[in-house]
Amino acid sequence: MTAAIKPKHQRLVLLGIALVALIGAGLLAAWALRNQAAYFYLPKDIVAEPPAPGRAVRLGGMVETGSLKTAPDGVTIDFIVGDDKARVPVRFRGITPDLFVEGSGVVAEGRMQGGTFVADNLLAKHDENYVPREMAEMTAAQAKATVAETR
Amino acid sequence: MHGFANPARFLRIARWLTPLLLGLGLLLAGGALAWGLTQVPPDRLMGDTVRILFIHVPAAWLGMAGWTTIAVASLVELVWRHPLAGIAARAAAVPGCVFTAICLATGSIWARPTWGDWWVWDGRLTSFLVLLFLYFGYIALAGAAQKDAIEGSGAGSGGGSRITAIFGLVGAINIPIINRSVVWWNSLHQPPSITAGKSAIDPEFLVPLLIAALGFSLLFGGVVLARMRTLLAEIQTEARLRRKALA
Repeated sequence: MTAAIKPKHQRLVLLGIALVALIGAGLLAAWALRNQAAYFYLPKDIVAEPPAPGRAVRLGGMVETGSLKTAPDGVTIDFIVGDDKARVPVRFRGITPDLFVEGSGVVAEGRMQGGTFVADNLLAKHDENYVPREMAEMTAAQAKATVAETR
Repeated sequence: MHGFANPARFLRIARWLTPLLLGLGLLLAGGALAWGLTQVPPDRLMGDTVRILFIHVPAAWLGMAGWTTIAVASLVELVWRHPLAGIAARAAAVPGCVFTAICLATGSIWARPTWGDWWVWDGRLTSFLVLLFLYFGYIALAGAAQKDAIEGSGAGSGGGSRITAIFGLVGAINIPIINRSVVWWNSLHQPPSITAGKSAIDPEFLVPLLIAALGFSLLFGGVVLARMRTLLAEIQTEARLRRKALA
């Protein structure tokens, strides 16, 4: 081995540089996708920059406790989706998923119509907490903590 | 590291380690699944659906661990020319791919009653589907490289194997993206429950989950060792046949 740099070390350095460049490219791509790759908008995004009326968007946030009301026809529901900054009234006609309850997360697909978000589809968003049913009494406090945590 | 470079020594260890890992893994994973299915209380919101946790989460971890194994072994193969590293990388591909497919299938089954849809194109689900396609590509590439080497058109230089290793390294960029997808982007998939030292999963769910994860990891290790032995035997047979043909 007369060369100043052993081939093994040369390969290690070359691969190291290649990996750093690759990770950099990946991170830049992920950064560029930051807004486009979001699955839904938060209420504060919708309020700050309302989408064009009729354009299909997804709205995600917490179903405000005490805001859920069922219309006399029995299938139309009105509720408020909120985050720490803004609240958006939502109307939906249809069958809701099992996990759709007040104080938990929801993603609504639909469009803005005169200040109300009219949803064609509701998806329930589960949070990261797994709690047995017997401990349900701590649900209220935990739900509050979860609402506070969610941006 | 080159202590294990000798395939004969590796085979001596793998011979008793393979059945040990497979047996212990089967016992732990089976026990944890039985415990999870029968003894664990239903979740406060999801009810009995939560029991799919014990297979979905270990499968997700191992799907990602599989590609991490491929990436690390590929790096060792490229830099140190370790003779067993390329074989280890190829051996991890199929079990990793199977766990990725299990994760996607169980996740879809879980999503229907929980979220209200079988599939959504959010960051976590999409990046995990990309992982499955990366596995397909890697397995096809590794198979082509091996065929090439056996037929001799690759001139025995290991060029195909090197391309496979580079693909394994490049594909590793998807692993941190999967891991961070629920943090970077608003996604329907919930944020991580288990982060460094903290868990939002109640111990009643967490303990069987960790045992199941350990059991499936041992099974994964056992399958990788068994596949490495198979690949080594194939190479040996090939070399022997070639010697005979030349004689």
